[in-house]
Amino acid sequence: MNNNPQKTNKKEIFFKGLLKENPLFITLLGTCPALATTTSVESALGMGILFMFVLIGSNIVISLLRKIIPSQVKIPCYIVIIATFVTIVKMLSEAFLPELYQTLGVFISLIVVNCIVLGRAEAFASKNNVINSFFDGLGNGIGYTMAIVIIAFFRELLGTGAITFGVVLEFLPYIEINLFKDYAISLFTMPAGAFIVLGIVLAFIACYKNRQEEVKVFTEKKAKLDAMRQAVKEG
Amino acid sequence: MNSLLVFILAIINGMLIDNVILSRFYGICPFLGVSKKTNSALGMGVAVIFVIVLATIITWPIYNFILVKANIQYLDTIVYILVIASLVQFVEMFIKKYSPSLYKSLGVYLPLITTNCAVLGVAQGNTDQGLSFIDSLANALGTSFGFLVVIFIFSCIRYRLETANTPKCLKGFPIALITAALMSLAFLGLSGIIEI
Repeated sequence: MNNNPQKTNKKEIFFKGLLKENPLFITLLGTCPALATTTSVESALGMGILFMFVLIGSNIVISLLRKIIPSQVKIPCYIVIIATFVTIVKMLSEAFLPELYQTLGVFISLIVVNCIVLGRAEAFASKNNVINSFFDGLGNGIGYTMAIVIIAFFRELLGTGAITFGVVLEFLPYIEINLFKDYAISLFTMPAGAFIVLGIVLAFIACYKNRQEEVKVFTEKKAKLDAMRQAVKEG
Repeated sequence: MNSLLVFILAIINGMLIDNVILSRFYGICPFLGVSKKTNSALGMGVAVIFVIVLATIITWPIYNFILVKANIQYLDTIVYILVIASLVQFVEMFIKKYSPSLYKSLGVYLPLITTNCAVLGVAQGNTDQGLSFIDSLANALGTSFGFLVVIFIFSCIRYRLETANTPKCLKGFPIALITAALMSLAFLGLSGIIEI
């Protein structure tokens, strides 16, 4: 961690949440909505947008109030702030995106207990200024949205053989990309498919990380060996 | 007698068929986090039963007798999460005072339950669907016992997985998730045993 968080640049904060510390793939937080709302790309995208709104809003407010909230009661205060934003999101989606509200159901309310929001509030917004907190919320929000859309893409593609837009998010035009509808594996739209897809995606990430580590070890060894050779040649 | 049968069937339905973890996806975080040891999984399961049932008994009257009367139903999420957070604190203090031995075995898991979506999910789901008090209680009991059953089975499997020869990139969470998928398939096979 950087010792001087006030001075770290915004780009770094943004990309940290987006890739390096991706809330779902790296820290494995917020798995419940990531499994439950990913039956279609659209509902995952909707969930991601609502989640991002709550995360950015609560990050900003908590960072504004960080000097006022007494440290003994900070967790209840954070929860009330987060719950307020969730209620706002819930009412807005009920009014303007009724299909999305129907599809996500209770999982909109469950954003309150999503560990990512409380985790960012506690770890970042309570210690940093408003602009940095905004970028932290934006980075983490986009990172989380990206992660659940990736899972939803594989689930919808394999489970239904097509990718459909314009059903849940009504403002999008209706598009259906039909690839292999007759050969769909309906297992992937069922709960079991969600576990399998998340497990395999995590395995790929672990594989990539292992490979990177191996390459790093290999280059270090090679550098050492080269240095020794050089020493032998000279000596 | 008939209503008792319905009550029991609703519990079995919540426990095995519409299982909280494997088909409704509530409480995945503790399911993955606290299932490495059988003892801690059992402790967590029992603590969850305790809190879910108490939370249902408290939130149902609050919604139906206070929020509905005052016409402020939209505040339900805020009220529920506050009730659950303070309930968890209260239960923790109560157990600490009156049963130190129980506190020793459950105490660690109690603070974690506030962020367990199963608790809020059950409270919210009960009022969203407009269930009666008895149905809500059956839902709470079924859900929480389902959580205990699944987390216990899963912890036993994970104990074996530790020593199993899995590929390097599947070690840890990936293979645990794939195991959960297989369990979910197995529980799908139970879906025909009762008709509602």
